[in-house]
Amino acid sequence: MSEPLFTPAEQKRFDDGIAQLLSHYPNDRKSAAMLPALRLLQSIKTWCPPEGMKLVAERLETTVAHCYEVATFYVMFHTEKPGKYVIDVCTNLSCALRGAEGMLKYLEQKLNTHAGTNGEKVFLRETECLASCGTAPCMQINEDHHENLTKEKVDRLLETLT
Amino acid sequence: MSVLTEKVMTRDWGKPGQNTLKGYKERGGYQQLKRVLDSMQPAQITDEVKKSNLRGRGGAGFPTGLKWSFVPSLEKNTKPRYLAINADESEPGTAKDRFILENDPHMLLEGIGIACYALGAHSCYIYARGEFKYPSSVLDAAIAEAYADGIFGKKLMGKDFELNVVQVRGAGAYICGEETALLESLEGKKGWPRLKPPFPAVVGLFGCPTVVNNVETIAALPRIFEKGADWFSKLGAAKSGGTRLVTLSGSVIRPGTYEVSMDTSMRELIYDKEYGQGLPEGRNVKAVIPGGSSAPVLTPDELDVKLEFDAFKPLNSMAGSGGVIVIDDATCAVRSIWRVARFYAEESCGQCTPCREGQPWMARLIRKIEEGRGEMSDLDTLMNVAQAIAPWPPIGLGNTICALGDAGALPVQSFVQKFRKEFEEHITRKGCPYGEKPWGAYGEFQ
Ligand SMILES: Cc1cc2nc3c(=O)[nH]c(=O)nc-3n(C[C@H](O)[C@H](O)[C@H](O)COP(=O)(O)O)c2cc1C
Ligand code: SF4
Ligand code: FES
Repeated sequence: MSEPLFTPAEQKRFDDGIAQLLSHYPNDRKSAAMLPALRLLQSIKTWCPPEGMKLVAERLETTVAHCYEVATFYVMFHTEKPGKYVIDVCTNLSCALRGAEGMLKYLEQKLNTHAGTNGEKVFLRETECLASCGTAPCMQINEDHHENLTKEKVDRLLETLT
Repeated sequence: MSVLTEKVMTRDWGKPGQNTLKGYKERGGYQQLKRVLDSMQPAQITDEVKKSNLRGRGGAGFPTGLKWSFVPSLEKNTKPRYLAINADESEPGTAKDRFILENDPHMLLEGIGIACYALGAHSCYIYARGEFKYPSSVLDAAIAEAYADGIFGKKLMGKDFELNVVQVRGAGAYICGEETALLESLEGKKGWPRLKPPFPAVVGLFGCPTVVNNVETIAALPRIFEKGADWFSKLGAAKSGGTRLVTLSGSVIRPGTYEVSMDTSMRELIYDKEYGQGLPEGRNVKAVIPGGSSAPVLTPDELDVKLEFDAFKPLNSMAGSGGVIVIDDATCAVRSIWRVARFYAEESCGQCTPCREGQPWMARLIRKIEEGRGEMSDLDTLMNVAQAIAPWPPIGLGNTICALGDAGALPVQSFVQKFRKEFEEHITRKGCPYGEKPWGAYGEFQ
């Protein structure tokens, strides 16, 4: 027997969460809850593992293929297990004008990785505009947002990654 | 100097508790919704919105009241109707809707109440971009407060009119800001835009009549009903009511999000002490992208343009989503447009050939030129590829299913047209004239 997907507490969180999500949609439109359901799964497991996708498909009365089609379309869903810290750096124009390319290089050096490489501890990615254009440069660490970044601030943030 | 005489959208931002129900109500919050419910018919509300000259703040500047009036009457179409709020805010250069959610979420929710009553919509979905962890948490708390207080739910502020409001979060796809892709995403699918017509107002969410409006558009409603449609309309320019939220970014001393009068010029926004405070010593403007990265670029001689929706047309550009990106004269124009082209290449949904193939092709050609590997013929190829996606000068209709095609092609065309010399210099010098420092006054990471 392989390990069960969820602990009992996680199972409850998933079940309750799905029930709540479904209450927001017409009864014959359960599959509309796909994005929030995948978000829920990912918030519990840190990614969208295959067994989880099967479960989402069942609850939403749709196919596993539909789950994958959606999960692979949106960059925030991980269909492969990501590193403990996903770091998204905006390198779009407004940020680039405020040093984002240099910041990315700085992060690559400090973390000894390359953007786009998924490591066990860190998955550093270049991402698109994060609506911090007036408070650039910026990045997100596991979806927590950090703006007006400097070397000093980045150093401090990296120290918190254990 | 056209200073802002009266703050409309940002009036209460930062005041104690403004992002909570208590604080919002202390400053008169929800009184307009109450009044509208007690004393106005839905059709009257739409008429007021028309009279106010409120125009969509999501990018296209479409008249809001007119859009609402496209929803068929209940006699003609008995299906439920929906309001979808576009809080996807992903157009590069744009950061305004998040500040409404963070600072004054109930202003949006009160606006939603007014709009839904006018439209006869009993459900509203707010589609917020997935990366908005903090703004979304503030909004969720506000929605919960509104339910607990009996504002939303079975009876909208006690009126016999059920209204349910839910926030749904996206998951990192720019295209889901396009209204039909947004609806697909709300239906639990990948964000592939739909062919129009039919327009969402007739066939939208779950096949039902749906109005899609931007956060800033709907958040303006409580103020319109507080001060009157005439007041709002007069505050603005000829056919654009109200004020605008703009995001100023790039090479200015004081970047940020500002509320400006429609009468403010681009030059004032960049140089005025209230706003951008100019560029650092010794630097001048080289180029300005005026309405999010999909808006064709302006040159220094075009900065007297007013920040009003109709003023940009003669310049072949647009007010768009209010994202103003200032590029100084120590910045490489080719490198700048490469960042933009790369974005649209990444974000093309892949449904139509000119966009799917053309956007990455343009990005590759620009990169090639930037790196000094380009030939003169590449410039013609670049223009031809762009032309196949959307004609230049822009006529408002490209050759693709959705306007992401235009959004990627038009800026490229504008840069090649206005900075052709610089592209050519890259080709003849076989390299970037700015060498290792292409990013101008603030381009170093410090
Ligand atoms: C590619 C693309 C991306 C868009 N992104 C956004 C967005 O992030 N937010 C937004 O409000 N509108 C966006 N729009 C515009 C919407 O399609 C739509 O016009 C708008 O939400 C309507 O609201 P409004 O009338 O209040 O402006 C986008 C359009 C396109 C073509
Ligand atoms: S224009 Fe581009 S983004 Fe829009 S539908 Fe076509 S391929 Fe998709
Ligand atoms: S360009 Fe980086 S946050 Fe907008």
